[in-house]
Amino acid sequence: MSNPTPTPTETTSQSRFPVREVVLFGALLVAVLGVYMAMGTAYSTRMLVEASCYAILALGLTIQWGYAGQFNAGVMGFVAIGGFSAMFFSVPINDDFWGSELPGELGRVLLYIVAAIVLVVGATRLDRLGVPKTLRTVFAVILAVVLYLVVISMLREVTSEIQSRAGFVGGLGLPAWTGWIVGGALAGGIGYYIGRICLGLRSDYLAIATLGIAEIIKAFLKNSDWLTRGTATVSPLPWPTPGPAELGFTLSRAIYLSVTAVMIAVIFFLLHRAYHAPWGRMIRAIRDNEVSAAAMGKDINKRRLEIFVLGCILMGVGGGALATFNSLFDPQGYLPLNHTFLVLVMVILGGPGNNLGTIFGAVAVYIIWLMSEPLALFLMNLAVMFGEGAFGWEPPANLSSRALQARVLVIGLLITLVLRFAPKGLLPEKVKHHG
Amino acid sequence: MPLLEARDVHGGYGGMNILNGVNMTIEANEIGVIVGPNGAGKSTMLKAIFGLLTVNQGEILLRGEPIHNLPPNKLVQKGMGFIPQEKNVFPSLTVKENLEMGAFLKPNNVKRMLDKVYGFFPPLHEKRHQPAGELSGGQRQMVAMGRALMAEPDVLLLDEPTAGLSPLYMNEIFERVKEINAAGVGILMVEQNAKQALAIADKGFVLAAGQNRFTDTGAALLADPEVAKSFLGG
Amino acid sequence: MNELVFFINNVVIAGSVTGSIYAIGAIGVTLVFSIMRFAHFAHADMMTFGAFMVLLLTMAFPGAGAVVGLPTAVVMLPLAMALTALLAVGIDKAFYKPLRAHGVKPIVLVIASLGVTMILQGLIRLFAGTSAQSLYIAERKEIYRLDLPFELATRPVIITEPQVILFILTIASVVGLHLFLNRSRLGKAMRAMSDNPDLARASGINTNTIVAVTWVIAGGLAAIAGTLLSLDVTFKPDLSFFLLLPIFAAAIVGGVGHPYGAIAGGFVVGFAETLAVFNWAVLLRPIAHYFPEWFELPRNLAFVGTEYKIVVPFFILVAILVWRPTGIFKGKVI
Repeated sequence: MSNPTPTPTETTSQSRFPVREVVLFGALLVAVLGVYMAMGTAYSTRMLVEASCYAILALGLTIQWGYAGQFNAGVMGFVAIGGFSAMFFSVPINDDFWGSELPGELGRVLLYIVAAIVLVVGATRLDRLGVPKTLRTVFAVILAVVLYLVVISMLREVTSEIQSRAGFVGGLGLPAWTGWIVGGALAGGIGYYIGRICLGLRSDYLAIATLGIAEIIKAFLKNSDWLTRGTATVSPLPWPTPGPAELGFTLSRAIYLSVTAVMIAVIFFLLHRAYHAPWGRMIRAIRDNEVSAAAMGKDINKRRLEIFVLGCILMGVGGGALATFNSLFDPQGYLPLNHTFLVLVMVILGGPGNNLGTIFGAVAVYIIWLMSEPLALFLMNLAVMFGEGAFGWEPPANLSSRALQARVLVIGLLITLVLRFAPKGLLPEKVKHHG
Repeated sequence: MPLLEARDVHGGYGGMNILNGVNMTIEANEIGVIVGPNGAGKSTMLKAIFGLLTVNQGEILLRGEPIHNLPPNKLVQKGMGFIPQEKNVFPSLTVKENLEMGAFLKPNNVKRMLDKVYGFFPPLHEKRHQPAGELSGGQRQMVAMGRALMAEPDVLLLDEPTAGLSPLYMNEIFERVKEINAAGVGILMVEQNAKQALAIADKGFVLAAGQNRFTDTGAALLADPEVAKSFLGG
Repeated sequence: MNELVFFINNVVIAGSVTGSIYAIGAIGVTLVFSIMRFAHFAHADMMTFGAFMVLLLTMAFPGAGAVVGLPTAVVMLPLAMALTALLAVGIDKAFYKPLRAHGVKPIVLVIASLGVTMILQGLIRLFAGTSAQSLYIAERKEIYRLDLPFELATRPVIITEPQVILFILTIASVVGLHLFLNRSRLGKAMRAMSDNPDLARASGINTNTIVAVTWVIAGGLAAIAGTLLSLDVTFKPDLSFFLLLPIFAAAIVGGVGHPYGAIAGGFVVGFAETLAVFNWAVLLRPIAHYFPEWFELPRNLAFVGTEYKIVVPFFILVAILVWRPTGIFKGKVI
């Protein structure tokens, strides 16, 4: 049966020289240097910072999908929550809002909301006072509907007032990192509820639910103009490190990069410890054989929930770091393609469950991603020239936006091809062979 | 030429062999019964014949033609029927639809064969419009056997047809097996109720650890004190 | 009385339209699930693909509709259904079948289907661009105004030609599917395989054929749903993520693997959406003078704004997963 102690073959395979890792990371280094030579230091450092933020997101997904076999199709939502939190905490205080009576009004409505929730929850407990259950349910539902309508129309009033008089509520003027932490916590909180509902069911349901919550989060952030300025976007977001205005692009970005690099190093170290600890073994046991893990008396759903929440927290933190670096919060800029599927490709190409592989995948795929746009445009222009020359075909006007669509196609092809031909990724998880 | 013949069959799931050299022959008018202790490879042997697991060595012949490692739907075409032990009906389909599925490859036969199966199992005619999932265990076993008969097989493989049935139904099933055999269908079945099964068997195969331990007529095996002691519970 | 007309136009008709589209989409999802046991995320893009084929064919033969007296798009629909069915079978051969042959977990197929979503979206947008386009090219959308035989109802009930066609096609699809599943040999074999794939194989049913038939039906229905949605509003290449959630919610509400449940689920989700965005203040206004003086009826009394419509299927989904994961009609697998 399963034998948790390392077998001799495993020890030798771990102590061998990691040829594959060295070759792949060597190639990655060459690619990065190539980009530096071709595009200049400022651009390339920006690319590296963004890639490092994506690496945090990818680590979040790799522990969900790679460690535990949970497929989160809504990375975008958790990234957006992180971005919102980073914005809300770091943007300067809006005196137009705080100087008026509006905060009080908003607070009053929030209090009403709390009171309404308490009332409805109380109504659901009425059966303990001897009210028949069906009557209680009917009463609770009617009460909930009425109170909801009352509260929501009050909220609509206040928020439209805020919007017209103060623009939006503004930020809290705190350092950006506070926003990243709270962003992680918010993402983890949402992940907790999603996980509680879906993790006991077939894994498909988790995918559907996360896909849905991501779109809802986006819809909320996009349409809550009073809170996020919606499509008007919020910019600039202050950095936790000296900005480009003081130090110039390259140096300031390099300092930012060192911050994200330290974050990755810490996360990597902690994950490495957890992976090899009994906790990590248990997680993998659950992934590989749910039935026998349950038979060993392990609390499967609790472990699964822990890992799912942990992954969501990382996505929130990474999303915060990404938004702060871009110095822009644009709810419409969160796209499934850029923030869910790109991360998915990074993980499955790099090696699900292998942290080093995931980081490799994140940087490599991000470089390809950035470089593919000019390349696609070039290829399309070539095709247009050929088409015009050969058939007198009139090219569509919006070529560059269509070049963008080519990337959707490429990401889709990558996902399906990797799943088919390299299902374990370039740096596969080192699976221990038991017994 | 025997109807069904297995020569030195080795096979199992993945790389591991469960069968380590099994031999059997069944003639067209015979009932063959496989008995043996748990884990001896009885059901595995049936599945190997029906192409549900890989045969690594040896051969299986149907009327002299090698059939090992052919997919199940090919074997059905060649005249073999298989009745699994569990999940042997389509629960949401009606009894009649279950039977029709048995004749999927021979749609022209449906009407004639339906009458024949209802003849064997009159209760099925009565319940023909009821979903099979609502029937009792014994009736489900009838549906399963009827479904297999619909394809007019030459040989029928049954995996523990009486498992979990009350003694009343058990006898009923054994009776039907005899009748089906009398109608010209060769039978090979795995049975836990070894004594009763051997009583109706023309041939008995006692398997242990994936190999033949005893092979003889049913009556001879029942009479053999050693078989009785080790395999029939004294 | 006009309020009632308003209610009919905005809830009864709109809900039936949305419900029909979700129902046809959910049938496809639920059939694929019951045969191949995975949630097929690319279904919404197959709908878009079907509508896109109709768009291309309509552009190619803009006058074809006038000959038969139907919108050209509807005349082109059978051809588009065939093309979409072909696409579905091709996608299965190219992407899902090799994975199934490897014996991967169902969730890997789900991820692959997301990859297929991206491929289809990319292709469609590459050729169609990203902007909305009308499927009415050389014609105008026919609008029927039905006056109610009441004195007080001065406004008519409004229903458009594509909506009427949608209702007819929905009924035809449902009846056709019912007959297929219960009368035809292949349809029964499909139900058998959904019940017990191993036994289906042991009965000599060629499971590859059944898989192909499933894709043909799913593809054809997707083309119908996508085209009628585009006829009712416009053709938009990037609708899929907004369609996925209600369609899956409908399939799960009805009980996954349960075609009739999917139809019911589609209407539940469709009506829930329209009721949630309906402004109830309109219905309350005629009786507003019975309310006490201090009570002022808000102008907008909708549960959610249209921009939050997607919240509705999500909450239905969550509610059903919490209270009854097998769906109202008891699906097979959870």
